[in-house]
Amino acid sequence: MTIEVKNLVKKFGSFAALDGVDLKVDNGELLALLGPSGSGKTTLLRIIAGLDWPDSGEVAFNGEDALAQGARERHVGFVFQHYALFRHMTVFENVAFGLRVQPRAIRKDEATIRARVKELLDLVQLDWLSDRYPSQLSGGQRQRIALARALAIEPRILLLDEPFGALDAKVRKELRRWLRSLHHEINVTSIFVTHDQEEALEVANRVVVMDKGRIEQIGSPDDVYETPATAFVHSFIGESIELPVHVESGVIRLGDRALRLAADGLAPGASRLFVRRHDMLVGPPGSGAFEGAVQHVRNFGPVQRAEVALSGGETIEIDAPRDRELRAGDRVGLEPRRYRIFAGA
Amino acid sequence: MSAIAARRRTLPGFGLTMGLTLSWLSVIILIPLAGLFLKSFELSPEQFWNILSSRRTLNALRVSFGLAFAAACVNLVMGSIIVWALVRYRFPGRRLFDAIVDVPFALPTAVAGVALTALFAEKGWLGAPLAALGIKVAFTPLGIFVAMIFIGIPFVVRTVQPVLQDLDPEIEEAAGSLGASRWQTIIRVILPSLGPALLTGLALAFARAVGEYGSVIFIAGNLPNVSEIAPLLIVIRLSEFRYADATAIAVVMLVVSFVIIFAVNRLQRWAQSRIPAR
Repeated sequence: MTIEVKNLVKKFGSFAALDGVDLKVDNGELLALLGPSGSGKTTLLRIIAGLDWPDSGEVAFNGEDALAQGARERHVGFVFQHYALFRHMTVFENVAFGLRVQPRAIRKDEATIRARVKELLDLVQLDWLSDRYPSQLSGGQRQRIALARALAIEPRILLLDEPFGALDAKVRKELRRWLRSLHHEINVTSIFVTHDQEEALEVANRVVVMDKGRIEQIGSPDDVYETPATAFVHSFIGESIELPVHVESGVIRLGDRALRLAADGLAPGASRLFVRRHDMLVGPPGSGAFEGAVQHVRNFGPVQRAEVALSGGETIEIDAPRDRELRAGDRVGLEPRRYRIFAGA
Repeated sequence: MSAIAARRRTLPGFGLTMGLTLSWLSVIILIPLAGLFLKSFELSPEQFWNILSSRRTLNALRVSFGLAFAAACVNLVMGSIIVWALVRYRFPGRRLFDAIVDVPFALPTAVAGVALTALFAEKGWLGAPLAALGIKVAFTPLGIFVAMIFIGIPFVVRTVQPVLQDLDPEIEEAAGSLGASRWQTIIRVILPSLGPALLTGLALAFARAVGEYGSVIFIAGNLPNVSEIAPLLIVIRLSEFRYADATAIAVVMLVVSFVIIFAVNRLQRWAQSRIPAR
């Protein structure tokens, strides 16, 4: 199932939750919608599911208008952040729900329903919990049951809203890997919403980065990390050093210091320079584009994180390998191995 | 509980509060009720039976319990709908309506009785058009039914309201996206989740209606065997100085009410057990 979203606009009062969103999702993709809270990612997901309606724009499944249908007709599996399991039903009945409410004409007989539920519980590896109530399960188990319940109706699309948001870090990591392999197994077009970049980069085939109701970048996890399209993407994904610079007649200035960095093709004016923390190479004083004094050093396993006060006055944090120990008070030269400059203050 | 465990309790004051609870409940509830039973023992079993099996007593009990149950059922349905509207929708005057629900709680029952009687009397605002249709409300069992509905409605609304407020709208969305129609969602998801609260509301509205006296006697007409409620019959017997008769009827009302409340309680506990606490 392909999904096509065109020029979607949704306002809540004067707040534009979606401000002209276009998106194409290919069949069998596992897509992440990544963005800070309030970026419109959940609204987009809910509109695709039929739980919310846009003010204008189009949503099509396989080229067919989806907005003409309600949530019930769309045949979309939806997994909620807080599971939304039916408290008064056993795990078994929760998973069977979608099969039991089918119109009589196409409803399966009891034996088929039982077999199907059993199969789904096996798929999420929780068949031994079928007689329990949701309140007796852990968060991770509940979310797997919620997923099994959504899969029961053989959805054309699977949508997950911050599926691991309410879980603790360890369980979250486990479930990420599990979701990936599950998607590989069932191969249904899936979109999940997250504000956790690590989750998006690890699980998804493609990542859609959103901010303020707009899509900032769509690309593979490598693309959005290695070649961010906008300043927002660069600062949102991965740890970045951000410096306000000024571009003028082929020279990049930080404060009143000209940096020895190539300025080819850059628009003149106030700009922002981004460098990944680990792309800042440390050398002797005078060896790089920047110079500064080390203030603090902390060790994080294979790297040392140093706070460096640049001679221009800004303080930045860099990650350096442990091969050369840095000490507070050291004067160092810093050379960005890679950097990007975006116009605008 | 062992002495050590008792000493290690984190919250102090178990002895004090428990003692106060027991004495208070005894003084306020248990001793008066026991007195009632003792008083009825002045009657021989035969006399007791004769009082109860008299046509007037049986009819009074039937009117009280039958109409109270019918009124509680009506309140259950209408109360649920009111709760739904109050909780789920935002409309102008919502807070006002929400406050109006409490009026039957606060209004002196005699005032309610007079108001209802005036309204439903043959020349009243509602009574006149109903009379034109051939329906007589005031001074008939129907009037009792109306008064019982009036006083019972807040019990259903106030017990169900917080539970519905707690019910996450996401579970309805989940049901919808799984293909459930609106009806299926209500029948299979919402009502079962509200089940225990609905039962409690029903029981409270019923208990209130059975015991209602003030508002009912104004509108009932109080015709023996037709529109005479059991509490009124008790009052009549008392005014005739037939105290034993009065206590006999009172004991029966007490036992029947207790059995019904107890049964509903069990039912409610059973329903609750199927929804373990979150």
